[in-house]
Amino acid sequence: MTSLPLTLTINGHRHELEVDPRVTLLDLLRERLELTGTKKGCDRGQCGACTVLVDGKRINSCLALAVSHDGAKVLTIEGVSHGEDLHPVQAAFIAHDGFQCGFCTPGQIMSTLGLIAEAQAGDDPERIREGMSGNLCRCAAYGGIVEAVLEAQEQLAKADRRTAA
Amino acid sequence: MTLELSLNQQPAHLRQGSSIGQPLTRRDGFLKVTGAARYAADNHPPGMLYAVLAVSSIARGRVALLDVEAAKAHAGVVEVMTPENRPPLATDPDAKNNPFMFRLDLLQNDHIRYPNQTIAVVIAETLEAATEGAALLSPRYEAQPARVGLDGAESFVPGGVGIGSPAVHHKGDVEAGLKSAATRIEATYETPAQYHNAMEPHAIVAAWDGDSLSIDTPSQGLAMAQGRIAGLFGIAPENIHIRSPFLGGGFGSKGMISGPQVLGILAARLVGRPVKLVLRREQMYGPVGHRAPTRQTLRMGMDSEGRLTAIGHHARTASSTFDDFFEPAADASHTLYASPAIATSHEAVRLDTGTPLFMRAPGEATGSIALESAIDEAAAACGMDPLEFRQRNYAEVEPMTGKPFSSKALRECYTQASERFGWQRRPLQPRQMPDKDGFLTGWGIGTATFPAIMFQAEARAVLRADGSGLMETGAQDMGQGAWTAFAQIAADGLGLDIDQVDFRAGSSDLPNAGIAGGSGHTATAGMAIHNAGAAVITRLADLATRHEASPLFGAGNEGVLARGGRLYRRDDESRSESYGEILARAGLAEIDGRGTGTPDSASREAYAMHAHGAVFAEVKVDPDFGQIRVTRLVGAFAAGRVINPRLVRSQYYGGMIWGVSFALHEEAVTDRRSGRIQNANLAEYHIPVNADVPSVAALLVHEDDPYVNALGIKGVGEIGITGTAGAVANAVWHATGVRPRRFPIRIEDLLG
Repeated sequence: MTSLPLTLTINGHRHELEVDPRVTLLDLLRERLELTGTKKGCDRGQCGACTVLVDGKRINSCLALAVSHDGAKVLTIEGVSHGEDLHPVQAAFIAHDGFQCGFCTPGQIMSTLGLIAEAQAGDDPERIREGMSGNLCRCAAYGGIVEAVLEAQEQLAKADRRTAA
Repeated sequence: MTLELSLNQQPAHLRQGSSIGQPLTRRDGFLKVTGAARYAADNHPPGMLYAVLAVSSIARGRVALLDVEAAKAHAGVVEVMTPENRPPLATDPDAKNNPFMFRLDLLQNDHIRYPNQTIAVVIAETLEAATEGAALLSPRYEAQPARVGLDGAESFVPGGVGIGSPAVHHKGDVEAGLKSAATRIEATYETPAQYHNAMEPHAIVAAWDGDSLSIDTPSQGLAMAQGRIAGLFGIAPENIHIRSPFLGGGFGSKGMISGPQVLGILAARLVGRPVKLVLRREQMYGPVGHRAPTRQTLRMGMDSEGRLTAIGHHARTASSTFDDFFEPAADASHTLYASPAIATSHEAVRLDTGTPLFMRAPGEATGSIALESAIDEAAAACGMDPLEFRQRNYAEVEPMTGKPFSSKALRECYTQASERFGWQRRPLQPRQMPDKDGFLTGWGIGTATFPAIMFQAEARAVLRADGSGLMETGAQDMGQGAWTAFAQIAADGLGLDIDQVDFRAGSSDLPNAGIAGGSGHTATAGMAIHNAGAAVITRLADLATRHEASPLFGAGNEGVLARGGRLYRRDDESRSESYGEILARAGLAEIDGRGTGTPDSASREAYAMHAHGAVFAEVKVDPDFGQIRVTRLVGAFAAGRVINPRLVRSQYYGGMIWGVSFALHEEAVTDRRSGRIQNANLAEYHIPVNADVPSVAALLVHEDDPYVNALGIKGVGEIGITGTAGAVANAVWHATGVRPRRFPIRIEDLLG
């Protein structure tokens, strides 16, 4: 299969790549770039375990052919924290036990970042539940996930206010 | 395996000298929220190839033709494994010598006995090449008619159900009890085939080095997997190293090593390079187990005061054509409600399906939804409140055996959960609670129960001269929180702060921790850890109390206690010595001790041991469209000692939502003509999403149990699904007046 050139900025690092056009963004991350934090649960866009941010928007990376995102900025779970300093969303998932087995967690956290950026759900738990329903959790840690989203939003808003002031 | 577990810093919690009972956050939390937790498929040894399964699209017959040449001609394909070239095995994968061993499909011939059975494995340099190679095989089949559904074959009485339970049980005379009853009910309920669908598909990365084998794969039972692989390949178990630090969910489907996992090992053998094999989601509907369908008939008689005079519970279920696992659904009636006469029985058919297996609360979940529905029908027939009816028939001793319970705080569960829920305001008759939007509101109850099982486990404890400790056991964390709860038990067993304890688990080169299943892992491996801690403390105390220079000299082993890294004299706590001082004086860098966790046969002979709970559900049903929403769930559970209430609550939440899923969502649909599963994916096989589950509360009811084990642990992993499923069904009746008799409950059943 002829490879195609592809440039991606992943977690702030620029990658110049030659890629088989069949390769999905998910398999590129996992199998070629050793960014295995992003998970494959269904490979059909049905479970959300592979959620990443592409140019700031959450997508199912299993449904994205890598070469169709030439020039894109990709954020994966590996790029969310700053070393040992967890992002407020990550800290909130731990504090509210928003996971058990942890397999869907990278996708849940990326989806939360996307949801907060979309600014459509506000602090309405019903809308948060709806907005997070593309990410399945078979352990069913859903209650903790909603609490984590609410708390993280509040922390981020406080931080924004501090920055503004 | 040593994990560099970064302990998160919050929340602050009181220690009070004990780690057990503290709501610590997960010690593996940092790894899981940063993507650093390494699951099996995240491994990538040098030179690794990708293996992709080609699976059968028919349910029964044989493979007539595979275009192996086309697959091999595809760029990047290295090899195609079929029955022709599959490396030899030391034992027949169809042989079995214990009830925890299941027959595997390892390309032993060209026969097909269920859909999604492996017919070939394509191995390639890339995942894409292997996937395309598998498609190029273009199989042709000689198909035979598929046997489908609970009426698809002649039934028989199995030799046993579950693991070794007789298919038929009885006490008293059920027919006489029914005849003498003032009120009787009889009802038949159907439950569907369900698939575990852990978020992590079964995966394996296998690498051979001569006759030594290195494996990354999710396993709920490392030693059992190691033994099974050793037997199949004719190599010593110690030559097999399995790492399973994290399972992306198991729910029973990763209890036994499955055929596809072994095929990954065979593929690595064939090509002489490391191989990664990951099941596609649709390939999980066949070779890795499922919950078998059931049809259950409940008969109950009640006297004029609403006391049960008889319970008859018969279940029809299904296994595969080639192996035995029979869902022990009717056994649910053995333990919960007092009745002078109880009879339970099972029959089964053999279908062209993968072999069913343990799936979260096997037997208890299926049996519970039927029993709790029937109990509700019985209460309604007697004109009684269903909670009052359950209390009227409260079992003071285990109904089937007459044994006393080791502990049973079910009354407190009923009281606490019903008060929290507001049950006393419930009108007796259905369809009495329309809400302001015109939805029909209904309230239902279910009783939860699950046996307190223990297996066998071992652990090794070490105390070091620097004052730290180490605890090793090959425990498995599939999300229940083993990394945290066992570290808490280890800390108390070693008399150390938890931050001073290095806890190792998740690897087959550690002491055998038994199975993470049957809700028995915390009790079993926990007791091994507890006893290993006691053993090493005893050795340490020996060193101190026998040495004249020690302030503990002469105290004797019984005369000291371990706390915070020091030994204290019980009769004079001003006299103490640190672990480090004791070891330094003895010139030792470290000492160790071993412990086992094992059920106490005498107390298990004398007592019935079960966890209990009560679950209350509220549903709202659209009167025009029949759409059902669960709006509120309140459960109260008594399951002995709680090691970590934060993690236990999460287990209850998860189990309760599985109960909702059982009642309203999950069902594998089989095409009656082809025998294929029509919805083998996560879009059409419905599991609850976040929006399906608005409000869940789980109350932890205090319970001391001096008999189950020294730590008083029963187990919490499966009980939540029981009770809940029935509570939802009963709430649907209360909302609509329609009694659900098949699950999941369908809109068309409510619209009549």
